[in-house]
Amino acid sequence: MNQIYDVIIIGGGPAGLSAAYSAWENGAKKILIIERDRELGGILQQCIHNGFGLHHFKEELTGPGYAYRCIELIKDKPEIEALIDTMVLEILEDKTVIAVSPEKGLLQVQGKTIILTMGCRERTRGAIRIPGERPAGVFTAGAAQRMVNMEGFLPGKKIVILGSGDIGLIMARRMSLEGCKVEAVLEICPFSNGLTRNIVQCLEDYNIPLYLSHTIVKIHGNERVTGVTIAKVDEKMQPIAGTEFDIDCDTLLLSVGLIPENELSRGLNLEMHPLTSGPIVDQRRQTSMPGIFAAGNVVHVHDLVDFVSEEAEIAGKFAALTALGKLDEELTVVNVEAGNGIRTCVPQKLSLPQEGEAARLFMRVANPERKVKLEVKSGDTLIMSKILPVAKPSEMIALDLSAEKTKLIKGSLIVALNREA
Amino acid sequence: MSVDKRVLTCIVCPRGCEMTATITDGVVTEVVGNTCPRGKKYAEEEILAPKRMLTSTVRVKNGALALVPVVSKISLPKEKVLACAEELRKVTVEAPIAEGQVICPNILGLGVDIVASRSLAAATDKD
Repeated sequence: MNQIYDVIIIGGGPAGLSAAYSAWENGAKKILIIERDRELGGILQQCIHNGFGLHHFKEELTGPGYAYRCIELIKDKPEIEALIDTMVLEILEDKTVIAVSPEKGLLQVQGKTIILTMGCRERTRGAIRIPGERPAGVFTAGAAQRMVNMEGFLPGKKIVILGSGDIGLIMARRMSLEGCKVEAVLEICPFSNGLTRNIVQCLEDYNIPLYLSHTIVKIHGNERVTGVTIAKVDEKMQPIAGTEFDIDCDTLLLSVGLIPENELSRGLNLEMHPLTSGPIVDQRRQTSMPGIFAAGNVVHVHDLVDFVSEEAEIAGKFAALTALGKLDEELTVVNVEAGNGIRTCVPQKLSLPQEGEAARLFMRVANPERKVKLEVKSGDTLIMSKILPVAKPSEMIALDLSAEKTKLIKGSLIVALNREA
Repeated sequence: MSVDKRVLTCIVCPRGCEMTATITDGVVTEVVGNTCPRGKKYAEEEILAPKRMLTSTVRVKNGALALVPVVSKISLPKEKVLACAEELRKVTVEAPIAEGQVICPNILGLGVDIVASRSLAAATDKD
C-alpha cells in the first residue's frame, strides 16, 4: 500500500523548501520533499554570489546562505521528511508519485496534494542552433558555474559568453576572479536581459565589453574551441553580412535563457502556458488539476529568489488547506490576460471566493519602457493602476490586489500598459 | 568652484536605481534618483572610494565537497578585489566547516575577514 502524505513536494530548492515550511505552518501533518541532488537547496548552492534575500530574509545573503536559512526552517520538524538522491519518474492522476533512488530503489508514495517545484533548466546550443564545428569547450553558463563553484574545475581560460542574462553576467565576473580572461559578452537583443546592477558590478568593474545586437555565427575548432565569429544583427535579429569579426577563445559559455522543467507536468496533462512554458495556475498556485499546485521557476522564470519563496509559500498554504479539507467554498474563476505591452502575467487565473481574496500578480513587459501606467481592468472597471518610471523585460513587476479590490472583478481581468500616462 | 554630475546605477539591491550625484569641489553634495538611504550612501562611497563584496571559493581537504563558498564579511576596496581573489586561490581548509567560520582572517591586511557562506560536512566513506 502507498504511504499517504498531506503534501508531496517535487524538488528541494528554494521553492520546495519554502512550500514545505508554509504547508507545515498551515497545519499539514505529513509533508514529503523529494530532491534528486545529493543535498537540499537546489541551484542556490552553486550561486555563491551575494544579493539574495533582501526582501524575504531582510538581509543580504549568498545563494548557499539563502539555502541554509530555508533548510534551517524545515529541519528537525517531525512532520517534514526529505528524500535526497531521489528522482521522480512519474506522477499519476491519483497523486501517486513514482520515484527511484540508489538507496531505496523504486518507490511509490501518494499525496493528498502535490506541489511541483522542479525549477528550470538552461537552453543549450541545440536550442539556438549555432552553426560550426562541434568541439569541446561549449558549456551552458550554469554548468560552468557548477564546475567552478562546487566541483573545483575551470572550464577554460579564455572565455566568450553568449547572452547577457544574469547567469552570463555573474559568470563573467566569476571567471575573471578565478584568473580567466573574459573577452566579451554578446547579446542578440538591443538591450541586456540581466539586472542593471550586474552589468555594473560584473562587466564594467572588470572592463569586459558587452556587444548588444550581436551574436555568434560560427564556432571554430576541431577538438577544442579555438574561437568564434561574431556578427551584428538587424532588427529581425538576423546577422548582417559584412559585419563579422573573430574573437579567439578556448571556451564559449551560453546564457541564452531558461526553460521551466515540466516533463512531469506534461505527463499529468496539465494545462500549460505557451509563453511562460509552465503550468497555468490561479492565485493560489493551483494548476488545472485540483490538488496539484506549482510554484517558483517551474511556473515562470523569476529574477529574484525572494519572489520564488513568496510564491511557494502561497502554494504551500493552499496545498495544506486543501489536504486538510478546509477549503470547500464556491469559487468564481476568471482569466487574467496579458494586454498591450505585457508579455506574461502569472497567475493566469483567479479563483475567487465571494468575499474576494488577495492576489499578487507577477508581470513581465514585452519591451523596455519609460514612464508608463500599468492598468488592471475588468471590463470597463479600472481595478488598480500603478505608474512605472522604468520597466524592463528583465525585471519582473509585482502588483498586489487586495481582497477588497478583487471583489470588483466581473469577468476577465486584463493587465496592460498605458503609454499616455 | 567645480561642479560635476555623475550618473550611476545603484548595486546595493536588485532594484538598480539610476542616480545622479552632484560633486562640488570633490565632495558629493547631492544625490537624486535613489529610493532608499542605502542608495545615497552607495553613491557617495562609489565616487570617493568604491567598495565591493567578494564571493569566491576555497579548496577543502577531506570534505563532502571539493570546495566551500566564501564571502567577505564586509565590502573591500574595489581595486583590491582581484588581489584578494588571487590570495584565496592559495587557501585550503579542512572539513568540517561551519557557516560563518573565518576562513581567511584580515585578508591582505585590509581588516576584513573572509568567512564560509555554508557549512560543509567532512567526507564519509560514501563520498
